Amino acid sequence: MAKTLSDLIPTHGDRAGLATTLKNALDYDQLTNCMRCGFCLPACPTFRETGFEAESPRGRIALMKAVADGLMDPDEAFETQMNHCLGCRACEPACPADVKYGQLLEQARDSVEKHTTTHRWWVKAARKTAFEGMFPHQNRMRLLGGALQMYQRTGLRKLVRGAGLMKLFPQHMRDMEAILPDASYKGVVEQIGAFHPAKGERIATVGLFRGCIMDVLFTATNKNTVELLNEAGFDVVIPETQNCCGALHAHSGEQDGAKALAKRNIAAFKAAGVDWIASNAGGCGALLVEYDHLLHDDPQWKDDARWFAKRSVDVGKLLVEHGRLRTVARAAVAAGAGAMIGGSGATPASAQVSGGHGAPSGGCGGSCSGGVGFASDEKVRITYQDSCHLRNVMRSSEAPRKLMRSVANAEFVELAEADRCCGSAGIYNLTQPQMAGRILDHKMEHVKRTGAHYLLTSNPGCLLQMKNGIEKHGMGGRMEALHLVDFLHDRICAKD
Amino acid sequence: MLQEAVAGKLRAIVGAQWFKDDPESLITHSYDGTPMLQSLPDGVVYPEHTAHVSAILKVLQEHRVPVVSRGSGTNLCGGTVPVQGGVVMVMHRMNRILQVDLENLTATVQPGLNTKAFITHVESLGLFYPPDPSSMAISTIGGNIAECSGGLRGLKYGTTKDYVIGLEAVLASGEIIRTGGKLMKDVAGYDLTKLLVGSEGTLAVITEATLKLVPPPKTKKTMLAMYKDLYGAARTVSKIIENRIIPATLEFLDNPTIRVVDDFAKLGLPLDMDAILLIEQDGEAEMVDRDIERIAEICRSENAERVSIAADEAEALKLLTARRSAFTALARLRPTTILEDATVPRSKIADMVLAINEIAKRHGVTICTFGHAGDGNLHPTATTDARDADEIHRVEEAFAEIFEAAIALGGTITGEHGVGLVKAPFLEWKVGAAGIAVMQGIKQAFDPNNILNPGKMFAKSARKRVVLSRG
Repeated sequence: MAKTLSDLIPTHGDRAGLATTLKNALDYDQLTNCMRCGFCLPACPTFRETGFEAESPRGRIALMKAVADGLMDPDEAFETQMNHCLGCRACEPACPADVKYGQLLEQARDSVEKHTTTHRWWVKAARKTAFEGMFPHQNRMRLLGGALQMYQRTGLRKLVRGAGLMKLFPQHMRDMEAILPDASYKGVVEQIGAFHPAKGERIATVGLFRGCIMDVLFTATNKNTVELLNEAGFDVVIPETQNCCGALHAHSGEQDGAKALAKRNIAAFKAAGVDWIASNAGGCGALLVEYDHLLHDDPQWKDDARWFAKRSVDVGKLLVEHGRLRTVARAAVAAGAGAMIGGSGATPASAQVSGGHGAPSGGCGGSCSGGVGFASDEKVRITYQDSCHLRNVMRSSEAPRKLMRSVANAEFVELAEADRCCGSAGIYNLTQPQMAGRILDHKMEHVKRTGAHYLLTSNPGCLLQMKNGIEKHGMGGRMEALHLVDFLHDRICAKD
Repeated sequence: MLQEAVAGKLRAIVGAQWFKDDPESLITHSYDGTPMLQSLPDGVVYPEHTAHVSAILKVLQEHRVPVVSRGSGTNLCGGTVPVQGGVVMVMHRMNRILQVDLENLTATVQPGLNTKAFITHVESLGLFYPPDPSSMAISTIGGNIAECSGGLRGLKYGTTKDYVIGLEAVLASGEIIRTGGKLMKDVAGYDLTKLLVGSEGTLAVITEATLKLVPPPKTKKTMLAMYKDLYGAARTVSKIIENRIIPATLEFLDNPTIRVVDDFAKLGLPLDMDAILLIEQDGEAEMVDRDIERIAEICRSENAERVSIAADEAEALKLLTARRSAFTALARLRPTTILEDATVPRSKIADMVLAINEIAKRHGVTICTFGHAGDGNLHPTATTDARDADEIHRVEEAFAEIFEAAIALGGTITGEHGVGLVKAPFLEWKVGAAGIAVMQGIKQAFDPNNILNPGKMFAKSARKRVVLSRG
């Protein structure tokens, strides 16, 4: 019997325990399904940045399999490598064998978290606070939003910045602090209520998944989502007992936490009796459509989880495929250049979208204040950065483009490598600032070349990262990053 | 483990961060695109230029350490699995296009250059580099040269060997040789350029290549023909060539493949067809139209059940879907996919496909066949499970018989994947004992101490695929 690598590495700490946990957790069928053809390599951002096989999906799966096969001990480098992956899952559409890389990654990270000895005490404390104390509780998230709002609106931020206190934080944290949008103490339900009827004939009832971060940092986007959905013919309900989707938990190796959150969401939306569950954050939506996988071994919940997953959809796709929405500015309607998109249930009466909103014109409902200052019907150039999870997991890349192409007075230009991760990747830009920075720099070179006025995205993490990139590369004032929903709302609903 | 003296010298040459011997690096360089093969190296080194390669080889030669040079590790013959350990030399850092010479229509590139990136660059200059292995999105020019990669355009445009006209390579001794050049004619001595193309890293490490470029075709047209009779399809292939038409692409799917593809892509393909031919012609518009018309006539005269000609690019894409989905559909069928490349004279395609189907049936295994009918290069593909030892054994027996059948029909054991580890036991069947002796003599002349990719090309006798692990 030949010697294996594990003979060469001293086993210490909880490595043996971790090896056992990994062996049990990793789906060996999936590990076997990887035939090592290498087609995933060009799709992988970390492989492209480093050129190292270990930094590729094929390499990471080989490492997992080596651990499962007892060929290698899960050492610190193994842990580091698992955390180095962005989890963008661009490798999945590229895979001929349909290997569920995202699931393998989560199984690996979950195992690592159970045994990790590398977190310092304060990382542990922060994780515990965030994953157990904050995200699962929307009211606490709002309190946090309130605190952030106070920090931003009172003189406190000025004081902190003036006193140079931000210098205590590393550069990438300072960059993020600088571009955080104004937080809101009141979420979308507190501001506008939980039920909003469709305009014209009702096509279906949509439950809005408001998202925990979305509802604190991008409350206006949630409000705009509701109005867009109403405009397109959907009743919208916002079940109040819903909570965080659990994506940050799942991607950070906290499977149990993710499962508990999923169950509460399933119960909330089942009780609301919705036809669709719409999300406006690709990162959340990608987990919502995989609740069936998350709870597949829970006999009590698996059927309801399947019900939930089947109904979950990104707001863009819902608008394009089932809604009736005239995504044109009024000027273009007058000129007879109106374009109808989707339209599966369009009726002449409901095709009238302009009028009756009473929203202030010449702005975008406050959500894009302080931007590049275009009126709602002025000719602009727009471009789009895909949300990886929207594209690679929810497999929706055409719908947002269809929407953007149909907006009057907006010239859509494709961003080179829009399908590549921007480096945001959940909290990756905070945990792996170096790699995230390299990826962002390459991204912004392409962004610069589009000459766009608006850089649109479909996920809060990407949006913050793009805002960060625009600032970092000195393009503020010429270009603004916006959520696709806010741009559409500005061009369609916020007209008198 | 490498002697510390060797590791230290390699670090001194390339810098500490470009030599790795941690478990993570060793595991991730223990395999390539070939199923069921794994063997750990003792170190991984990333040279930046030819002088690095030369210095590295001098050290490894001195200490008699095996070395496997590789690009992206996508080959299907076990060509870059370090079966005798030693050092894996990854060429990714040497990835520059050194020159595109528009007067001579040549490009000079480094081996680690990504094939697709190269093709894209060349096309942006209005030129054409035809070799298009399906791995080109990730494979490298160096890897393509080492394996003499083919692709879909082989019939009309040839394969990698037809485009490599000059090389710089480092011998096992560390000496640097240059062969050929920007020359369309060159008979100065033995043709070392052609010898190194397809030598699978066993003779030298390629560090630079001069490639021939051609003007791109102006237009392209795509068509599809379906047959209930395999021989009708096969006769169509021969007849097209007989009629002095060389299509750019002439691809083939057999019935088991059609079933799998239809089930996967829901294309509504008629499942009672024994064969589908996908045909493309490129060139001047007038000639393309004339050829496609003539080919359609031939298809009909050979009793094709259905002939469809794409009116535009969107329709062409639809017709291409069946062929393009073949690999993906097969890969998803079972956990393990073994893709071989037995090749026969194109007039023998029908006989070969029937032989494959009969052999598969007899051994109770699933083998679907698709491939490049125009050059007789078939891809019998077994879908199986590496964990089922008994089935794997039957698959191996079946493939041995398939290679035998190919040779009996005047064919070869491998058309474009290479010999490597997987087909080494069968090489003698094709080239004979004397052929092996000549090849071994060549190997001896280039690499007297057998440090360059040892264990490949020449086997003792075993023909069983094994999962290897060594320390």
